[in-house]
Amino acid sequence: MRTLLTTCFIIGCLLSALIGCQNEIDIRTAQYSVNGQKVYITHCQNCHGEKGEGLGNLYPPLTDTKFLEKNRQKLACIVKHGATGELEVAGKKFNNTMPASNLSAVDIAYVLTYINTKINKGKEIFPLNEVEKQLKNCQ
Amino acid sequence: MKEYKQMKSIFKLCCATGLLLGLFSCKNTSQSNLPIYGEREAVEKTVDGKQVIDTVYHTIPAFKFLNQDSVMISEKDFEGKVYIANFFFTHCPSICPTMNRNLLKIYTQYKDNDAVRFLSHSIDFKYDQPYVLKDYANKLGVSNDHWQFVSGTKADIYGIANQYLVYTAEDKNAPGGYDHQGYLVLIDKDKRIRGAYDGTNDEQVKKLMEDLPKLLNEAKN
Repeated sequence: MRTLLTTCFIIGCLLSALIGCQNEIDIRTAQYSVNGQKVYITHCQNCHGEKGEGLGNLYPPLTDTKFLEKNRQKLACIVKHGATGELEVAGKKFNNTMPASNLSAVDIAYVLTYINTKINKGKEIFPLNEVEKQLKNCQ
Repeated sequence: MKEYKQMKSIFKLCCATGLLLGLFSCKNTSQSNLPIYGEREAVEKTVDGKQVIDTVYHTIPAFKFLNQDSVMISEKDFEGKVYIANFFFTHCPSICPTMNRNLLKIYTQYKDNDAVRFLSHSIDFKYDQPYVLKDYANKLGVSNDHWQFVSGTKADIYGIANQYLVYTAEDKNAPGGYDHQGYLVLIDKDKRIRGAYDGTNDEQVKKLMEDLPKLLNEAKN
């Protein structure tokens, strides 16, 4: 009985230590990605799939991290206003129209964080001020 | 109070009879346990000089539609086949991608099975011409003619949707301009509706994947 109690106590200590380690940035990232999941399900998942796998040559996957890094500056505008013309993602060519979502800046920050941290294995938040800056310069 | 007791025993009796009847009706060995949907009527007919009563089930009537290769296809192309039908349009921003993503999973599994066919009707009679459907089918990853994509006049397509018991309508307020249900409708070789599964619901798509082999087994008998 005593050993059981001790084990429980130790596990409890470890758990609280783990939770305590989460600093403010991690909590904010988690909050962004939880909200982002809701946005993703409503606005993105139908075409891009639950795991961002895309669909054949119709809708590109969201798992090509090189594409995402290279086009980081354009992502907010693509989500907001949609896209047309040819795109090369994950080694495949796509030529379809993505409709505009007209999401607010904060929702775009949420959903891009979700794509970055949950669909892909990134750790970084997609900050709201970066989204706002990009949206001002959409072409 | 006595009346109440009497009522209660009658109710119990009814329940028991119901259960028994239910048990017996299940004992149909040559058929799978898939239901037959739609209206039905009993008709009297003469077989070998004897009057018998037969049930006439709802069936998909004859049709003629232009497919993705601009070839006119009809119910004859589905003769003796089990097939899955649905209604969609290529620019549909809402349920269609999910529905066709799920149907593609089943197609990938059965595309080389000659007993199975797939039939997608476009409800966007204005935009979805054969070449648009061809492009869509190619990009989706459809590689043989077992999955047909058809278009037709509004009256023909919306009329046949009613026969499949699927709701379709032109609606300016719906996403993409058309409102419709995302059912994957399972049709047997006698053109009867044997199942309707929400193509956007993983559980129901799983059920369809379980029911399809059952229906194929039945078709063999």
